[in-house]
Amino acid sequence: MSLDTVKHATDTPDTEQPWAELGLKEDEYARVREILGRRPTGAELAMYSVMWSEHCSYKSSKVHLRQFGEKAPQSDAMLVGIGENAGVVDVGQGYAVTFKVESHNHPSYVEPYQGAATGVGGIVRDIIAMGARPVAVVDPLRFGAADHPDTRRVLPGVVAGIGGYGNCLGLPNIGGEVVFDSCYQGNPLVNAGAIGVMRHEDIHLAKASGTGNKVILYGARTGGDGIGGASILASETFDDAKPSKRPAVQVGDPFQEKLLIECTLEAFAEKLVVGIQDLGAAGLSCATSELASNGSGGMRVTLDDVPLRDSTLSPEEILMSESQERMCAVVEPEKVDRFLAICEKWDVIATVIGEVTDGDRLEIFWHGEKIVDVDPRTVAHDGPVYERPLARPEWQDALQADDAGKLPRPATGGELKEQVLALLSSPNQASKSWITSQYDHFVQGNTVLAQPEDAGMIRVDEESGLGVAIATDGNGRFAKLDPYHGAQLALAEAYRNVATTGAKPLAVSDCLNFGSPEDPAVMWQFAEAIRGLADACQILGTPVTGGNVSLYNQTGDVAIHPTPVVAVLGVIDDVARRTPVAFAEEGQLLYLLGETREEFGGSAWSQVVHDHLGGLPPRVDLERERLLADILISASRDGMVDAAHDLSDGGLVQAVAESCLRGQKGARLVVPDGLDAFTFLFSESAGRVVVSVPRSEELRFTDMCGARGLPATRIGVVDGDALEVQGEFTLSLREVREAHEGTIEALMA
Amino acid sequence: MTAGPTPAARSNTRVGVVTFPGSLDDRDTQRAIRLAGAEAVPLWHKDKSLQQVDAVVLPGGFSYGDYLRAGAISRFSPLMEKVIDGARAGLPVLGICNGFQVLTEAHLLPGAMLGNDHLHFICRDQKLRVENTATAWTGDYVAGQEIHIPLKNMDGRYVADSRTLDMLEAEGRVAFRYLDVNPNGSLRDIAGITNEAGNVVGLMPHPEHAVEPLVGSGRTDGLPFFTSIIKKLVSA
Repeated sequence: MSLDTVKHATDTPDTEQPWAELGLKEDEYARVREILGRRPTGAELAMYSVMWSEHCSYKSSKVHLRQFGEKAPQSDAMLVGIGENAGVVDVGQGYAVTFKVESHNHPSYVEPYQGAATGVGGIVRDIIAMGARPVAVVDPLRFGAADHPDTRRVLPGVVAGIGGYGNCLGLPNIGGEVVFDSCYQGNPLVNAGAIGVMRHEDIHLAKASGTGNKVILYGARTGGDGIGGASILASETFDDAKPSKRPAVQVGDPFQEKLLIECTLEAFAEKLVVGIQDLGAAGLSCATSELASNGSGGMRVTLDDVPLRDSTLSPEEILMSESQERMCAVVEPEKVDRFLAICEKWDVIATVIGEVTDGDRLEIFWHGEKIVDVDPRTVAHDGPVYERPLARPEWQDALQADDAGKLPRPATGGELKEQVLALLSSPNQASKSWITSQYDHFVQGNTVLAQPEDAGMIRVDEESGLGVAIATDGNGRFAKLDPYHGAQLALAEAYRNVATTGAKPLAVSDCLNFGSPEDPAVMWQFAEAIRGLADACQILGTPVTGGNVSLYNQTGDVAIHPTPVVAVLGVIDDVARRTPVAFAEEGQLLYLLGETREEFGGSAWSQVVHDHLGGLPPRVDLERERLLADILISASRDGMVDAAHDLSDGGLVQAVAESCLRGQKGARLVVPDGLDAFTFLFSESAGRVVVSVPRSEELRFTDMCGARGLPATRIGVVDGDALEVQGEFTLSLREVREAHEGTIEALMA
Repeated sequence: MTAGPTPAARSNTRVGVVTFPGSLDDRDTQRAIRLAGAEAVPLWHKDKSLQQVDAVVLPGGFSYGDYLRAGAISRFSPLMEKVIDGARAGLPVLGICNGFQVLTEAHLLPGAMLGNDHLHFICRDQKLRVENTATAWTGDYVAGQEIHIPLKNMDGRYVADSRTLDMLEAEGRVAFRYLDVNPNGSLRDIAGITNEAGNVVGLMPHPEHAVEPLVGSGRTDGLPFFTSIIKKLVSA
C-alpha cells in the first residue's frame, strides 16, 4: 500500500478506514472528518483513535470530574492542579511535592508481571516530568478470592512485577493495600502511586513553546509493544471470545528507566529543559499533541528520526506504540548539545525529532511526505464528551435493606475468641508481610514509616526533619452499599491514617476504579462517588490535585464493586515527632478516640463470619474527622501519645492486635460502659483511633480531648504478652501471631 | 535534628563511593560516610582516576539492571580496573550487596551469588553475627557481636565449592554470618567475607541503612563499618 499522505487523503475521500477496529465510534469518526474537513490519513486516524479513547480522553467521566475543580477548597498549598502530569503541593521550606495514583488494571490481568511493572514505570515518569526526584511508591492492590486458583497466577506476578521494577529503580515502597474479593476475579485492580520532591523553582510543565526550540525524544527505542494498549486494553470490557490481548501489554525495562530518571534530573539541574512530557498511554501521539497544544506555537516532527527497535514499523504504529521508558523534552537550540551530552553520559539514546514552529499546526512527516496536519488541541483536548445515562440500580434498595445488624452474633467469650482468630487470619485482615517483604522500603535512606504503618512517611530534609506522609485507602464493599458515602469513607480513612502518624493532611489524589460506563447503574455509582468525594474534600479542606479514572473493570455483564481509591498526602514539620502504630511501653494507657456505634454493614466481620454484604456503611462525620486529625497532630507534636492506630476494617480488635504484634507487647482491654464486647471489638464506626498514652501525659491528653469535645474513652493498658479482653477471653501473643501471619504465604507460596 | 550519633572525631579521611549505571544506594552510602565523620567522594564508573581516595565503597543497587549476571558488566568498567589494582595493593574496599557481587565477579573475593533459594526478592531487618573484627571495615565491632542490618536482594545466595568454603572458615575469612534465619539459602549461612589481607570485604546486607535511629531499620548497627575504616586509616 502506498503512503497515506495528507494529499492522498484529500484526493481519496471515500477510502474505507478501520475506525471501528481502532475503537472509534461512528459519530466520533464523523467528527474527526468534520474537524479536518477531509478524511484523516492513517496516521491521523491512529492518533485520534488513541487520544479519544476512554483512557486518554476521560470522555465518560469529564462531566463529573469537573466537580473536583468547582468544589475545590481554598488551599494555599496547591501549586499545580489537575491537568498536568501530576499535581504539585507546597510542603514548606521551599519544597514542593508531587504525587499521583494511576491504574494499570487491565494489563495486569493479561500479563501480571509486566502489567504491574509498567504501571510503576508510568507513574514514576509522570513524577519526573514535573521536575521532581521520585522518592517513594505505594501500591493499592485488589485481587479475586484469595483461594481462587487464578489469584495464585495474578498476585505473585503482580507483586514480583512491582518489586522487580520499583526495587530496580531504587524507590522505597512505603504503603498501599492488598484486598481480596471475588468481584475482582477477572478484573484485579493494580493501582500505583508515586511521590516526588523538588524545590519550588524546579517545577516543570508539559508545554512546547519558543519557535525554533528542538523536540528531543530520549530513552528507549520505539518498538511494537503495547500498540493500542490504552485504547484497546483499558477502554473495553474483557470478552473471552476475542483473541488474546497479550501483545497489547508493554514490556518494562527498569534499568533504562533508572537512567532516564538520573539524566532527566541532571538536565533539569542545568536548566536545559523548557517543557517535558513522558510517553505513556498513546505514546508519541499523546506527547506531541499535548506538548504542542499546551504551548504557544505549533510543532513539526520527522518521524523517520525516531530510533526504532523494529525497522518494519509503520508510521501509524510508531505513533501508537506504548514502548516504555521514553520521554520527550523541548530544549532551546543552543542547549541541545549539552542535553545530548548528558544523555550520552548516562548511555541514554537521545534524538532531535522535531521543532516548535510559529504556526498552530502539528505536522508530522515520513519519508519527506506530510502524513499528519492537525490542530493539536483537537487531538489532545477536544475529544468527545459524553453525558452518559445514569440510573440508581434497582437492586440498591434491597441491598441496603439487608441489614448486617440482624446477623447472628457471638454469644459467649469463647465464640468471640474464635471469631477474633477467624478475622485476624482471614486473607483481608492477615499480615501482608509476604507481599511487602518483596519490596525494598529502605532505599534512599529516608524512610521513616512504611507498611504496615498507617501511612508511609519519608524525610524530605535531613537538617530540619521536614517530611511527608501518604496513605491510600478504599473500600469497595462500603461503596457498593452506598457509593456517595463509600467514597467519603475512603477519603476519611486515608485522611485519618495520615493524621494518625502526626502529619497534617494537605491534598488528595484518586484512582477511580469502576465497571463499564455504558451501564447506567455503573455510571450512577461513578457519579455518586465523585459527588461524595468532591463534597468531602471541600469539608476536609484537601483539594484533589489529580488522579486517574479506570472504567470497563468488568467481565461480561458483571462489574467490580465501585472502588474509589483515595490517596492523601500530608506534611510533618519534624519526622522525629511521628507516631508509629507499635505499642512499645508497658504500662501505657490505651484510649479509644471517637464514638463506637453498632455499625456492621460491609464490615470485615460480616464478610469473614457470614459472607454477607448488605445494609448501610458506617456513618460519615467529616467535621469529627477534622477534629480527630487536629487532636492527633497536636498530640504527636507535643509528645502526648507514643503510638496510635487507625480503626478501620476489622474494627478495634484488628487495630489493637496489629499494634501489639508490631511492638511485641500485650494489651489488657476492658469493655467500656454502654457497649457490649462484640460491638466494642468488631464495629467499624468511622472516625476512631486507638492511642497509647504515657501515664505522665494522661491528664494533659484527656483535658485536651475534653476541651475540644472529642470523646476519649480509657479502654485498657499495654501489658504482658497476651491480648486480653477482661471477662471475655485471653489470647497469647503467640496465638495472635500464628493467626495473623502465614495466611498469605500459605495461599501463594 | 535527625542525624545519627555524633562521630567520635572528624577526620580528613576521604572515602569514595562508585556510581555505576543502576547503582541505587550510592547517595545513602555517602550519607553514612558523612555521618561517620569522613568525606564522601562520589566516583563515576567511566572515570579513570580514584581521585586519591583512602578507601572505596561499591554500593548496592542493580548496576546494568543485573542483566547478564549481577555485577558481571560493572566489573569491566574503567574505574574498576583502578579499584582492582588498588585493592591488590592494599586499598580498603567494601562491597555492599551489588558491590559484593561486583567484587566476586572481579575475583577480589571468592565464590558467587545465585538467586535466592525461595525465588523472591527479600527485604528484611536481618540478624547477623560479626565473625571477624580484624578487617579494615569491622574493627569497631566486638568479635561475636550480634547486629541487625537490613537485607534486600534478589540474588543473595552465597555459593562456593567446599574447598573454598573450608579455606574461608579455616582462615577466619567468613566476616558475617546470618543468625536465626538464613534469608536466601547462602551456604554455611555466610553473609559476608573478607580477602586474605582483610582490606577487601563484601557482604549482602546494607549497613548504610542502619546508621540513623529515625530512618531505615531504626538502628545504628551499621555505623561501625564506616567508623572502623576511619580509625583504621587515621591510625595507619
